[in-house]
Amino acid sequence: MPVEHAFPLLEWSMNWCVAMHAHQYLLLHSAVIERNGQAVVMPAPPGSGKSTLCAGLIHAGWRLVSDEMALLDRAQVGTVWPLCRPVSLKNASIDVLRARQPEARFNSESINTNKGRVSHMRVDPSHVARMDEPAQVRWVVFPRWTPGAPAALRRRSRADSMVELAHNAFNYGHLGAAGFEQLVDVVGRCDCYDFTYSSLDEAVDVFDRLPQVLT
Amino acid sequence: MMAGPCARNGLLEDVAWGGRDAAGLSLDEWADLLGQARSAMMLARLASMLDRNERLSIAPERPKAYLTAAMEAVAGQHVRLKWEIEQIQAALRYVDSPVLLLKGGAYVAAGLPAAAGRTMSDIDLMVRPDRIGEVETALFRAGWLSQERDAYNQRYYRQWMHEIPPLTHVKRGTVIDLHHTITAPTSSFAVDGAKLIAASRPIDAADPQWRMLQPVDMVLHSAVHLFQEGEFDHGLRDLLDMDWLLQHFVVTEPGFWVQLLARAAELRLQVPLHHALHHIERLFGKRVPDVHRAAVAALAPPWPQRALMAWLLTRALRPHHPSAAQGGEEFARTMLYLRSHWLRMPLHLLVPHLVRKAWMRHFPETRDEPVVR
Repeated sequence: MPVEHAFPLLEWSMNWCVAMHAHQYLLLHSAVIERNGQAVVMPAPPGSGKSTLCAGLIHAGWRLVSDEMALLDRAQVGTVWPLCRPVSLKNASIDVLRARQPEARFNSESINTNKGRVSHMRVDPSHVARMDEPAQVRWVVFPRWTPGAPAALRRRSRADSMVELAHNAFNYGHLGAAGFEQLVDVVGRCDCYDFTYSSLDEAVDVFDRLPQVLT
Repeated sequence: MMAGPCARNGLLEDVAWGGRDAAGLSLDEWADLLGQARSAMMLARLASMLDRNERLSIAPERPKAYLTAAMEAVAGQHVRLKWEIEQIQAALRYVDSPVLLLKGGAYVAAGLPAAAGRTMSDIDLMVRPDRIGEVETALFRAGWLSQERDAYNQRYYRQWMHEIPPLTHVKRGTVIDLHHTITAPTSSFAVDGAKLIAASRPIDAADPQWRMLQPVDMVLHSAVHLFQEGEFDHGLRDLLDMDWLLQHFVVTEPGFWVQLLARAAELRLQVPLHHALHHIERLFGKRVPDVHRAAVAALAPPWPQRALMAWLLTRALRPHHPSAAQGGEEFARTMLYLRSHWLRMPLHLLVPHLVRKAWMRHFPETRDEPVVR
Protein backbone atom coordinates (compact mmCIF):
# COMPACT_ATOMS: atom_id res chain seq x y z
CA MET A 1 0.00 0.00 0.00
CA PRO A 2 1.60 3.27 -1.06
CA VAL A 3 2.55 5.65 1.72
CA GLU A 4 0.74 8.42 -0.20
CA HIS A 5 -2.56 6.75 0.67
CA ALA A 6 -1.82 6.92 4.38
CA PHE A 7 -3.89 9.98 5.16
CA PRO A 8 -7.12 8.90 3.43
CA LEU A 9 -6.68 5.47 4.99
CA LEU A 10 -6.29 7.08 8.40
CA GLU A 11 -9.49 9.01 7.84
CA TRP A 12 -11.43 5.95 6.70
CA SER A 13 -10.07 3.96 9.66
CA MET A 14 -11.20 6.64 12.07
CA ASN A 15 -14.64 6.63 10.43
CA TRP A 16 -14.75 2.85 10.81
CA CYS A 17 -13.89 3.08 14.51
CA VAL A 18 -16.69 5.56 15.11
CA ALA A 19 -19.19 3.59 13.02
CA MET A 20 -18.35 0.35 14.82
CA HIS A 21 -18.16 1.60 18.38
CA ALA A 22 -19.80 4.94 19.03
CA HIS A 23 -23.23 3.50 19.75
CA GLN A 24 -24.11 6.18 22.25
CA TYR A 25 -25.15 8.02 19.06
CA LEU A 26 -27.37 7.15 16.14
CA LEU A 27 -24.80 7.47 13.36
CA LEU A 28 -25.84 8.74 9.93
CA HIS A 29 -23.69 8.88 6.85
CA SER A 30 -24.17 12.56 6.14
CA ALA A 31 -22.64 15.99 6.28
CA VAL A 32 -23.90 18.37 8.96
CA ILE A 33 -23.64 22.17 9.02
CA GLU A 34 -24.97 24.66 11.54
CA ARG A 35 -26.01 28.28 11.87
CA ASN A 36 -27.63 29.96 14.87
CA GLY A 37 -27.75 26.67 16.72
CA GLN A 38 -29.79 24.98 13.98
CA ALA A 39 -28.33 22.16 11.92
CA VAL A 40 -28.86 20.87 8.41
CA VAL A 41 -28.29 17.15 8.02
CA MET A 42 -27.28 16.26 4.45
CA PRO A 43 -27.27 12.51 3.84
CA ALA A 44 -26.21 11.27 0.47
CA PRO A 45 -24.57 8.34 -1.21
CA PRO A 46 -21.01 8.90 -2.44
CA GLY A 47 -20.82 10.99 -5.59
CA SER A 48 -23.90 13.11 -4.90
CA GLY A 49 -21.88 16.25 -4.27
CA LYS A 50 -22.48 16.34 -0.51
CA SER A 51 -18.88 17.08 0.41
CA THR A 52 -18.49 19.75 -2.26
CA LEU A 53 -21.68 21.42 -1.10
CA CYS A 54 -20.60 21.16 2.52
CA ALA A 55 -17.15 22.58 1.72
CA GLY A 56 -18.72 25.49 -0.14
CA LEU A 57 -21.26 26.29 2.57
CA ILE A 58 -18.75 26.35 5.44
CA HIS A 59 -17.05 29.25 3.67
CA ALA A 60 -20.38 31.09 3.43
CA GLY A 61 -21.40 31.49 7.04
CA TRP A 62 -22.19 27.91 8.05
CA ARG A 63 -20.20 26.09 10.74
CA LEU A 64 -18.82 22.65 9.95
CA VAL A 65 -20.29 20.10 12.32
CA SER A 66 -19.18 17.12 10.25
CA ASP A 67 -18.50 16.36 6.60
CA GLU A 68 -19.03 12.62 6.99
CA MET A 69 -21.08 11.49 9.96
CA ALA A 70 -23.96 12.88 11.96
CA LEU A 71 -23.65 11.94 15.62
CA LEU A 72 -27.21 12.05 16.89
CA ASP A 73 -27.44 12.01 20.67
CA ARG A 74 -29.60 9.12 21.85
CA ALA A 75 -30.47 10.63 25.19
CA GLN A 76 -31.18 14.22 24.08
CA VAL A 77 -32.99 13.50 20.85
CA GLY A 78 -32.58 16.27 18.33
CA THR A 79 -29.07 17.14 19.46
CA VAL A 80 -26.25 16.51 17.01
CA TRP A 81 -22.60 16.51 18.02
CA PRO A 82 -19.62 17.66 15.93
CA LEU A 83 -17.11 15.35 14.36
CA CYS A 84 -15.06 18.27 13.15
CA ARG A 85 -12.25 17.12 10.87
CA PRO A 86 -10.63 18.21 7.61
CA VAL A 87 -13.15 17.99 4.80
CA SER A 88 -12.49 15.06 2.50
CA LEU A 89 -12.82 15.97 -1.19
CA LYS A 90 -12.54 13.75 -4.21
CA ASN A 91 -11.70 14.12 -7.86
CA ALA A 92 -13.31 17.14 -9.53
CA SER A 93 -14.49 18.59 -6.21
CA ILE A 94 -10.90 19.31 -5.29
CA ASP A 95 -10.48 21.54 -8.34
CA VAL A 96 -13.82 23.27 -7.79
CA LEU A 97 -12.96 24.18 -4.22
CA ARG A 98 -9.40 25.21 -4.98
CA ALA A 99 -10.74 27.62 -7.60
CA ARG A 100 -13.56 28.91 -5.44
CA GLN A 101 -11.66 29.31 -2.20
CA PRO A 102 -8.10 30.24 -3.15
CA GLU A 103 -7.25 31.00 0.47
CA ALA A 104 -8.23 27.50 1.64
CA ARG A 105 -5.44 25.06 2.54
CA PHE A 106 -5.30 21.55 1.14
CA ASN A 107 -2.96 18.69 1.89
CA SER A 108 -1.16 16.90 -0.92
CA GLU A 109 -3.43 14.78 -3.07
CA SER A 110 -3.50 11.03 -2.90
CA ILE A 111 -4.05 9.60 -6.34
CA ASN A 112 -5.24 6.17 -7.43
CA THR A 113 -6.98 5.41 -4.18
CA ASN A 114 -10.08 3.26 -4.62
CA LYS A 115 -12.11 6.46 -4.52
CA GLY A 116 -9.88 8.21 -7.05
CA ARG A 117 -8.08 11.43 -6.18
CA VAL A 118 -8.50 12.39 -2.54
CA SER A 119 -7.47 15.52 -0.72
CA HIS A 120 -8.40 17.13 2.59
CA MET A 121 -9.32 20.76 3.09
CA ARG A 122 -8.29 22.43 6.29
CA VAL A 123 -11.15 23.64 8.46
CA ASP A 124 -11.25 27.19 9.78
CA PRO A 125 -9.86 27.31 13.34
CA SER A 126 -13.00 29.06 14.58
CA HIS A 127 -15.02 25.93 13.66
CA VAL A 128 -12.50 23.63 15.30
CA ALA A 129 -12.67 25.76 18.45
CA ARG A 130 -16.38 24.99 18.65
CA MET A 131 -16.05 21.25 18.18
CA ASP A 132 -17.59 20.53 21.56
CA GLU A 133 -20.62 22.66 20.81
CA PRO A 134 -23.66 20.66 19.73
CA ALA A 135 -26.55 21.86 17.58
CA GLN A 136 -30.24 21.04 17.13
CA VAL A 137 -31.36 19.33 13.94
CA ARG A 138 -33.80 21.49 11.98
CA TRP A 139 -33.56 20.47 8.34
CA VAL A 140 -32.78 17.33 6.39
CA VAL A 141 -31.60 18.09 2.86
CA PHE A 142 -30.78 15.36 0.35
CA PRO A 143 -28.35 16.97 -2.12
CA ARG A 144 -27.73 15.91 -5.66
CA TRP A 145 -25.34 17.69 -7.96
CA THR A 146 -26.84 17.71 -11.47
CA PRO A 147 -25.02 19.46 -14.36
CA GLY A 148 -26.84 22.56 -15.51
CA ALA A 149 -29.61 22.32 -12.92
CA PRO A 150 -30.78 25.49 -11.18
CA ALA A 151 -30.61 25.29 -7.40
CA ALA A 152 -33.99 24.07 -6.17
CA LEU A 153 -35.47 22.69 -2.99
CA ARG A 154 -38.39 20.26 -3.19
CA ARG A 155 -40.33 19.08 -0.17
CA ARG A 156 -39.85 15.44 0.66
CA SER A 157 -42.27 13.61 2.90
CA ARG A 158 -41.07 12.85 6.41
CA ALA A 159 -41.93 9.18 6.04
CA ASP A 160 -39.89 8.89 2.87
CA SER A 161 -37.06 10.89 4.38
CA MET A 162 -37.02 8.66 7.43
CA VAL A 163 -36.65 5.53 5.33
CA GLU A 164 -33.79 7.14 3.41
CA LEU A 165 -32.11 8.18 6.66
CA ALA A 166 -32.41 4.61 7.98
CA HIS A 167 -30.63 3.40 4.84
CA ASN A 168 -27.87 5.88 5.61
CA ALA A 169 -27.54 4.90 9.29
CA PHE A 170 -24.42 2.93 10.19
CA ASN A 171 -25.71 1.41 13.40
CA TYR A 172 -29.44 1.18 12.76
CA GLY A 173 -29.36 -2.60 13.22
CA HIS A 174 -27.53 -2.35 16.51
CA LEU A 175 -30.03 0.12 17.94
CA GLY A 176 -33.07 -1.91 16.94
CA ALA A 177 -36.41 -0.50 17.98
CA ALA A 178 -34.73 2.36 19.82
CA GLY A 179 -33.14 3.47 16.56
CA PHE A 180 -36.50 3.50 14.83
CA GLU A 181 -38.08 5.57 17.58
CA GLN A 182 -35.22 8.00 17.57
CA LEU A 183 -35.34 8.47 13.82
CA VAL A 184 -39.09 9.11 13.97
CA ASP A 185 -38.46 11.77 16.61
CA VAL A 186 -35.58 13.39 14.69
CA VAL A 187 -37.49 13.53 11.43
CA GLY A 188 -40.51 14.92 13.26
CA ARG A 189 -38.44 17.96 14.24
CA CYS A 190 -37.20 18.63 10.72
CA ASP A 191 -38.34 19.97 7.39
CA CYS A 192 -37.06 17.61 4.71
CA TYR A 193 -36.09 18.48 1.14
CA ASP A 194 -34.49 17.14 -1.97
CA PHE A 195 -31.96 19.63 -3.34
CA THR A 196 -30.62 19.71 -6.86
CA TYR A 197 -27.96 22.21 -7.90
CA SER A 198 -25.07 22.80 -10.23
CA SER A 199 -23.74 26.14 -9.01
CA LEU A 200 -22.31 26.57 -5.54
CA ASP A 201 -23.19 30.29 -5.57
CA GLU A 202 -26.84 29.49 -6.16
CA ALA A 203 -26.70 26.79 -3.51
CA VAL A 204 -25.33 29.26 -0.95
CA ASP A 205 -28.25 31.61 -1.70
CA VAL A 206 -30.82 28.87 -1.26
CA PHE A 207 -29.32 27.75 2.02
CA ASP A 208 -29.22 31.36 3.24
CA ARG A 209 -32.97 31.47 2.83
CA LEU A 210 -33.65 28.10 4.49
CA PRO A 211 -34.99 29.59 7.73
CA GLN A 212 -37.51 31.57 5.72
CA VAL A 213 -38.79 28.71 3.59
CA LEU A 214 -42.46 28.23 4.35
CA THR A 215 -43.25 24.80 5.62
CA MET B 1 -0.65 2.57 27.00
CA MET B 2 2.51 0.52 27.21
CA ALA B 3 2.75 -3.14 26.40
CA GLY B 4 5.03 -5.40 28.39
CA PRO B 5 5.29 -6.15 32.07
CA CYS B 6 3.49 -3.53 34.07
CA ALA B 7 0.81 -3.20 36.69
CA ARG B 8 -1.96 -3.65 34.12
CA ASN B 9 -1.16 -7.19 33.04
CA GLY B 10 -3.82 -9.03 34.98
CA LEU B 11 -6.17 -6.08 34.85
CA LEU B 12 -9.23 -7.92 33.55
CA GLU B 13 -8.80 -10.71 36.09
CA ASP B 14 -8.18 -8.23 38.89
CA VAL B 15 -11.26 -6.15 38.19
CA ALA B 16 -13.62 -8.98 37.24
CA TRP B 17 -12.68 -11.53 39.89
CA GLY B 18 -9.78 -10.19 41.94
CA GLY B 19 -11.83 -7.67 43.86
CA ARG B 20 -10.09 -4.63 42.42
CA ASP B 21 -12.42 -1.64 42.55
CA ALA B 22 -13.14 -0.19 39.11
CA ALA B 23 -13.90 3.15 40.71
CA GLY B 24 -10.20 3.80 41.11
CA LEU B 25 -9.15 3.20 37.49
CA SER B 26 -7.44 5.86 35.42
CA LEU B 27 -8.57 6.40 31.81
CA ASP B 28 -5.44 4.63 30.56
CA GLU B 29 -6.31 1.67 32.73
CA TRP B 30 -9.86 1.71 31.42
CA ALA B 31 -8.51 1.62 27.88
CA ASP B 32 -6.46 -1.49 28.68
CA LEU B 33 -9.28 -3.10 30.62
CA LEU B 34 -11.71 -2.63 27.74
CA GLY B 35 -9.14 -3.88 25.24
CA GLN B 36 -8.51 -7.00 27.29
CA ALA B 37 -12.23 -7.58 27.76
CA ARG B 38 -12.90 -7.11 24.07
CA SER B 39 -10.21 -9.57 23.03
CA ALA B 40 -11.50 -12.10 25.56
CA MET B 41 -15.12 -11.58 24.38
CA MET B 42 -15.93 -10.47 27.87
CA LEU B 43 -17.19 -6.93 27.31
CA ALA B 44 -20.87 -7.50 27.97
CA ARG B 45 -20.13 -9.77 30.90
CA LEU B 46 -17.70 -7.28 32.38
CA ALA B 47 -20.37 -4.63 31.96
CA SER B 48 -22.98 -6.66 33.82
CA MET B 49 -20.50 -7.55 36.58
CA LEU B 50 -19.67 -3.87 37.04
CA ASP B 51 -23.33 -2.98 36.95
CA ARG B 52 -24.08 -5.45 39.72
CA ASN B 53 -21.43 -3.80 41.87
CA GLU B 54 -22.76 -0.35 41.01
CA ARG B 55 -19.55 0.53 39.21
CA LEU B 56 -21.01 0.99 35.73
CA SER B 57 -23.13 4.07 36.45
CA ILE B 58 -20.17 5.86 38.04
CA ALA B 59 -17.65 4.90 35.35
CA PRO B 60 -16.21 7.71 33.22
CA GLU B 61 -18.44 8.71 30.32
CA ARG B 62 -16.66 6.98 27.47
CA PRO B 63 -15.95 3.60 29.08
CA LYS B 64 -19.53 3.63 30.29
CA ALA B 65 -20.83 4.26 26.77
CA TYR B 66 -18.59 1.52 25.38
CA LEU B 67 -19.75 -1.04 27.94
CA THR B 68 -23.41 -0.05 27.56
CA ALA B 69 -23.12 -0.55 23.81
CA ALA B 70 -21.64 -4.01 24.39
CA MET B 71 -24.61 -5.00 26.56
CA GLU B 72 -27.03 -3.66 23.95
CA ALA B 73 -25.27 -5.60 21.21
CA VAL B 74 -25.64 -8.86 23.14
CA ALA B 75 -29.27 -8.20 24.02
CA GLY B 76 -29.97 -7.57 20.34
CA GLN B 77 -28.17 -10.72 19.37
CA HIS B 78 -30.20 -12.79 21.81
CA VAL B 79 -33.43 -11.49 20.31
CA ARG B 80 -32.24 -12.45 16.83
CA LEU B 81 -30.93 -15.80 18.08
CA LYS B 82 -34.27 -16.79 19.55
CA TRP B 83 -35.97 -15.93 16.28
CA GLU B 84 -33.38 -17.91 14.36
CA ILE B 85 -33.94 -20.93 16.59
CA GLU B 86 -37.65 -20.67 15.81
CA GLN B 87 -36.82 -20.80 12.09
CA ILE B 88 -34.71 -23.91 12.64
CA GLN B 89 -37.48 -25.49 14.68
CA ALA B 90 -39.91 -24.86 11.86
CA ALA B 91 -37.48 -26.37 9.38
CA LEU B 92 -37.10 -29.54 11.46
CA ARG B 93 -40.70 -29.92 12.54
CA TYR B 94 -41.33 -33.07 10.50
CA VAL B 95 -37.99 -34.71 11.15
CA ASP B 96 -38.60 -37.63 13.48
CA SER B 97 -35.65 -37.09 15.78
CA PRO B 98 -34.77 -35.34 18.98
CA VAL B 99 -32.57 -32.34 18.34
CA LEU B 100 -30.23 -30.94 20.97
CA LEU B 101 -29.12 -27.36 21.23
CA LEU B 102 -25.56 -27.11 22.49
CA LYS B 103 -23.53 -24.40 24.20
CA GLY B 104 -24.62 -20.79 23.79
CA GLY B 105 -27.80 -21.64 21.93
CA ALA B 106 -28.87 -23.90 24.77
CA TYR B 107 -27.96 -21.35 27.45
CA VAL B 108 -30.10 -18.69 25.78
CA ALA B 109 -33.01 -20.99 24.89
CA ALA B 110 -33.13 -22.40 28.41
CA GLY B 111 -32.56 -19.05 30.11
CA LEU B 112 -29.52 -20.29 32.02
CA PRO B 113 -27.28 -17.80 33.86
CA ALA B 114 -24.47 -18.69 31.45
CA ALA B 115 -26.48 -16.90 28.73
CA ALA B 116 -25.81 -13.54 30.35
CA GLY B 117 -23.55 -11.37 28.23
CA ARG B 118 -22.78 -14.21 25.88
CA THR B 119 -22.36 -13.78 22.15
CA MET B 120 -22.17 -16.62 19.69
CA SER B 121 -21.11 -16.87 16.10
CA ASP B 122 -23.14 -19.94 15.19
CA ILE B 123 -25.84 -22.31 16.42
CA ASP B 124 -24.73 -25.77 17.55
CA LEU B 125 -27.11 -28.68 17.11
CA MET B 126 -26.73 -32.37 17.87
CA VAL B 127 -28.64 -35.37 16.55
CA ARG B 128 -27.99 -39.12 16.24
CA PRO B 129 -25.54 -39.98 13.46
CA ASP B 130 -28.17 -41.88 11.48
CA ARG B 131 -30.33 -38.75 11.43
CA ILE B 132 -27.67 -36.39 10.08
CA GLY B 133 -28.70 -36.89 6.45
CA GLU B 134 -32.38 -36.26 7.08
CA VAL B 135 -31.71 -33.18 9.20
CA GLU B 136 -29.27 -31.81 6.68
CA THR B 137 -31.84 -32.23 3.92
CA ALA B 138 -34.55 -30.50 5.93
CA LEU B 139 -32.21 -27.62 6.67
CA PHE B 140 -31.22 -27.47 3.00
CA ARG B 141 -34.88 -27.09 2.05
CA ALA B 142 -35.11 -24.19 4.49
CA GLY B 143 -32.06 -22.45 3.04
CA TRP B 144 -29.00 -23.69 4.95
CA LEU B 145 -26.27 -24.80 2.56
CA SER B 146 -22.88 -26.30 3.11
CA GLN B 147 -20.17 -23.88 1.99
CA GLU B 148 -17.53 -26.57 1.84
CA ARG B 149 -16.79 -27.33 -1.81
CA ASP B 150 -13.70 -29.40 -1.39
CA ALA B 151 -14.33 -33.13 -1.52
CA TYR B 152 -11.44 -33.91 0.80
CA ASN B 153 -12.64 -31.55 3.50
CA GLN B 154 -16.18 -32.92 3.25
CA ARG B 155 -14.87 -36.45 3.72
CA TYR B 156 -12.59 -35.38 6.57
CA TYR B 157 -15.53 -33.97 8.44
CA ARG B 158 -18.01 -36.74 7.79
CA GLN B 159 -15.66 -39.65 8.33
CA TRP B 160 -13.60 -38.45 11.23
CA MET B 161 -15.18 -35.47 12.92
CA HIS B 162 -18.05 -35.10 15.32
CA GLU B 163 -19.70 -32.50 13.13
CA ILE B 164 -20.40 -31.93 9.44
CA PRO B 165 -19.07 -28.81 7.67
CA PRO B 166 -20.93 -25.68 8.76
CA LEU B 167 -24.24 -24.89 7.08
CA THR B 168 -24.80 -21.25 6.13
CA HIS B 169 -28.19 -19.75 5.47
CA VAL B 170 -28.39 -18.54 1.91
CA LYS B 171 -30.13 -15.25 2.76
CA ARG B 172 -29.42 -14.49 6.39
CA GLY B 173 -25.88 -15.81 6.61
CA THR B 174 -26.51 -17.52 9.95
CA VAL B 175 -24.45 -20.65 10.54
CA ILE B 176 -25.44 -24.04 11.95
CA ASP B 177 -22.89 -26.55 13.22
CA LEU B 178 -24.55 -29.96 13.11
CA HIS B 179 -22.96 -32.51 15.45
CA HIS B 180 -23.54 -36.14 16.24
CA THR B 181 -21.41 -36.07 19.36
CA ILE B 182 -19.38 -33.56 21.30
CA THR B 183 -15.85 -34.71 20.54
CA ALA B 184 -14.22 -36.21 17.48
CA PRO B 185 -14.67 -39.99 17.27
CA THR B 186 -10.95 -40.26 16.57
CA SER B 187 -10.15 -38.20 19.64
CA SER B 188 -8.49 -39.34 22.84
CA PHE B 189 -11.63 -38.07 24.55
CA ALA B 190 -14.19 -39.67 22.25
CA VAL B 191 -17.69 -39.60 23.71
CA ASP B 192 -20.64 -41.70 22.59
CA GLY B 193 -23.29 -39.24 21.42
CA ALA B 194 -26.07 -41.77 22.04
CA LYS B 195 -25.38 -41.64 25.79
CA LEU B 196 -25.66 -37.87 25.76
CA ILE B 197 -28.90 -37.89 23.81
CA ALA B 198 -30.37 -40.60 26.04
CA ALA B 199 -29.74 -38.45 29.12
CA SER B 200 -30.84 -35.20 27.51
CA ARG B 201 -33.69 -33.05 28.83
CA PRO B 202 -36.34 -31.06 26.98
CA ILE B 203 -35.72 -27.33 26.97
CA ASP B 204 -39.42 -26.71 27.23
CA ALA B 205 -41.66 -29.45 28.61
CA ALA B 206 -44.24 -28.61 25.94
CA ASP B 207 -41.87 -29.55 23.08
CA PRO B 208 -40.06 -32.83 23.66
CA GLN B 209 -38.23 -32.69 20.32
CA TRP B 210 -35.99 -29.78 21.30
CA ARG B 211 -33.56 -30.75 24.01
CA MET B 212 -30.37 -29.87 25.78
CA LEU B 213 -27.64 -31.86 27.51
CA GLN B 214 -28.34 -32.87 31.07
CA PRO B 215 -26.58 -30.58 33.57
CA VAL B 216 -23.50 -32.72 34.25
CA ASP B 217 -23.03 -33.29 30.51
CA MET B 218 -23.35 -29.57 29.85
CA VAL B 219 -20.56 -28.86 32.33
CA LEU B 220 -18.39 -31.65 30.94
CA HIS B 221 -18.98 -30.46 27.38
CA SER B 222 -17.86 -27.00 28.36
CA ALA B 223 -14.70 -28.44 29.89
CA VAL B 224 -13.76 -30.75 27.03
CA HIS B 225 -14.66 -28.23 24.33
CA LEU B 226 -12.36 -25.64 25.77
CA PHE B 227 -9.30 -27.86 25.77
CA GLN B 228 -9.82 -29.82 22.60
CA GLU B 229 -10.57 -26.96 20.26
CA GLY B 230 -7.12 -25.45 20.31
CA GLU B 231 -8.27 -21.85 19.86
CA PHE B 232 -8.13 -19.85 23.05
CA ASP B 233 -9.56 -16.54 21.90
CA HIS B 234 -12.66 -17.33 23.87
CA GLY B 235 -10.97 -19.53 26.48
CA LEU B 236 -11.69 -17.23 29.36
CA ARG B 237 -15.26 -16.80 28.19
CA ASP B 238 -15.78 -20.56 27.95
CA LEU B 239 -14.27 -21.07 31.39
CA LEU B 240 -16.65 -18.51 32.79
CA ASP B 241 -19.55 -20.30 31.08
CA MET B 242 -18.57 -23.45 32.90
CA ASP B 243 -18.19 -21.65 36.20
CA TRP B 244 -21.63 -20.08 35.93
CA LEU B 245 -23.13 -23.42 34.92
CA LEU B 246 -21.46 -25.09 37.91
CA GLN B 247 -22.65 -22.49 40.38
CA HIS B 248 -26.17 -22.72 39.02
CA PHE B 249 -26.46 -26.50 38.90
CA VAL B 250 -24.94 -26.97 42.35
CA VAL B 251 -28.04 -25.19 43.61
CA THR B 252 -30.67 -26.72 41.30
CA GLU B 253 -29.43 -30.33 41.08
CA PRO B 254 -29.21 -32.31 44.33
CA GLY B 255 -26.01 -34.33 44.59
CA PHE B 256 -24.52 -32.50 41.61
CA TRP B 257 -20.83 -32.97 42.48
CA VAL B 258 -21.25 -36.69 43.02
CA GLN B 259 -23.04 -37.02 39.66
CA LEU B 260 -20.45 -34.87 37.90
CA LEU B 261 -17.54 -36.95 39.14
CA ALA B 262 -19.32 -40.20 38.31
CA ARG B 263 -20.24 -39.05 34.81
CA ALA B 264 -16.72 -37.80 34.17
CA ALA B 265 -15.45 -41.28 35.02
CA GLU B 266 -18.11 -42.94 32.89
CA LEU B 267 -17.36 -40.77 29.83
CA ARG B 268 -13.59 -40.80 30.52
CA LEU B 269 -13.45 -37.01 30.67
CA GLN B 270 -11.61 -36.79 33.99
CA VAL B 271 -8.59 -34.97 32.58
CA PRO B 272 -10.47 -32.10 30.88
CA LEU B 273 -12.61 -31.72 34.00
CA HIS B 274 -9.49 -31.56 36.13
CA HIS B 275 -7.90 -28.85 33.98
CA ALA B 276 -11.08 -26.79 33.87
CA LEU B 277 -11.66 -26.96 37.63
CA HIS B 278 -8.04 -26.11 38.33
CA HIS B 279 -8.24 -22.88 36.35
CA ILE B 280 -11.73 -22.02 37.56
CA GLU B 281 -10.46 -22.16 41.11
CA ARG B 282 -7.23 -20.36 40.23
CA LEU B 283 -9.09 -17.47 38.59
CA PHE B 284 -12.54 -17.26 40.08
CA GLY B 285 -12.29 -18.69 43.57
CA LYS B 286 -13.03 -21.84 45.50
CA ARG B 287 -15.70 -24.00 43.95
CA VAL B 288 -15.02 -27.59 45.01
CA PRO B 289 -16.59 -28.50 48.36
CA ASP B 290 -14.07 -29.88 50.85
CA VAL B 291 -15.79 -33.25 50.95
CA HIS B 292 -15.07 -33.76 47.24
CA ARG B 293 -11.58 -32.33 47.15
CA ALA B 294 -9.87 -35.70 47.22
CA ALA B 295 -12.03 -37.06 44.42
CA VAL B 296 -11.33 -33.99 42.29
CA ALA B 297 -7.61 -34.30 42.93
CA ALA B 298 -7.80 -37.90 41.73
CA LEU B 299 -9.00 -36.67 38.31
CA ALA B 300 -5.58 -35.23 37.57
CA PRO B 301 -3.17 -36.76 35.05
CA PRO B 302 0.32 -37.72 36.25
CA TRP B 303 2.41 -34.93 37.74
CA PRO B 304 4.61 -33.88 34.76
CA GLN B 305 1.61 -33.57 32.44
CA ARG B 306 -0.45 -31.84 35.10
CA ALA B 307 2.25 -29.24 35.77
CA LEU B 308 2.96 -28.66 32.10
CA MET B 309 -0.69 -28.23 31.18
CA ALA B 310 -1.26 -25.91 34.12
CA TRP B 311 1.67 -23.76 32.95
CA LEU B 312 0.47 -23.71 29.32
CA LEU B 313 -3.17 -23.06 30.12
CA THR B 314 -2.41 -20.26 32.58
CA ARG B 315 -0.77 -18.39 29.73
CA ALA B 316 -3.21 -19.34 26.99
CA LEU B 317 -6.17 -18.18 29.06
CA ARG B 318 -4.85 -14.63 29.38
CA PRO B 319 -6.67 -12.08 27.22
CA HIS B 320 -5.07 -11.90 23.79
CA HIS B 321 -4.21 -8.23 24.12
CA PRO B 322 -0.82 -6.44 24.22
CA SER B 323 -1.44 -4.98 27.66
CA ALA B 324 -2.09 -8.45 29.10
CA ALA B 325 1.17 -9.93 27.86
CA GLN B 326 3.43 -11.29 30.56
CA GLY B 327 5.46 -13.63 28.40
CA GLY B 328 4.89 -17.13 27.10
CA GLU B 329 1.38 -16.63 25.74
CA GLU B 330 2.18 -17.22 22.08
CA PHE B 331 4.28 -20.25 22.85
CA ALA B 332 1.56 -21.68 25.08
CA ARG B 333 -1.13 -21.11 22.46
CA THR B 334 0.95 -22.77 19.78
CA MET B 335 1.69 -25.77 21.96
CA LEU B 336 -1.96 -26.17 22.92
CA TYR B 337 -3.04 -25.80 19.32
CA LEU B 338 -0.72 -28.59 18.30
CA ARG B 339 -1.89 -30.67 21.24
CA SER B 340 -5.53 -30.19 20.26
CA HIS B 341 -4.83 -31.59 16.80
CA TRP B 342 -2.88 -34.46 18.27
CA LEU B 343 -5.76 -35.16 20.63
CA ARG B 344 -8.26 -35.05 17.86
CA MET B 345 -6.60 -37.54 15.54
CA PRO B 346 -4.08 -40.28 16.26
CA LEU B 347 -0.74 -39.92 14.45
CA HIS B 348 -1.45 -42.45 11.73
CA LEU B 349 -4.38 -40.32 10.62
CA LEU B 350 -2.96 -36.94 11.55
CA VAL B 351 0.23 -37.07 9.50
CA PRO B 352 -1.40 -37.86 6.15
CA HIS B 353 -4.07 -35.28 6.93
CA LEU B 354 -1.53 -32.52 7.60
CA VAL B 355 0.47 -33.47 4.53
CA ARG B 356 -2.66 -33.27 2.45
CA LYS B 357 -3.61 -29.87 3.90
CA ALA B 358 -0.14 -28.49 3.27
CA TRP B 359 -0.26 -29.78 -0.31
CA MET B 360 -3.67 -28.12 -0.83
CA ARG B 361 -2.29 -24.82 0.42
CA HIS B 362 0.64 -24.94 -1.96
CA PHE B 363 -1.22 -26.29 -4.96
CA PRO B 364 -4.75 -24.92 -4.75
CA GLU B 365 -5.67 -26.10 -8.22
CA THR B 366 -5.40 -29.71 -7.14
CA ARG B 367 -7.84 -29.21 -4.29
CA ASP B 368 -10.50 -31.57 -5.57
CA GLU B 369 -8.18 -34.50 -6.18
CA PRO B 370 -7.12 -36.55 -3.21
CA VAL B 371 -3.33 -36.91 -3.06
CA VAL B 372 -3.20 -39.54 -0.37
CA ARG B 373 -5.45 -42.43 -1.29
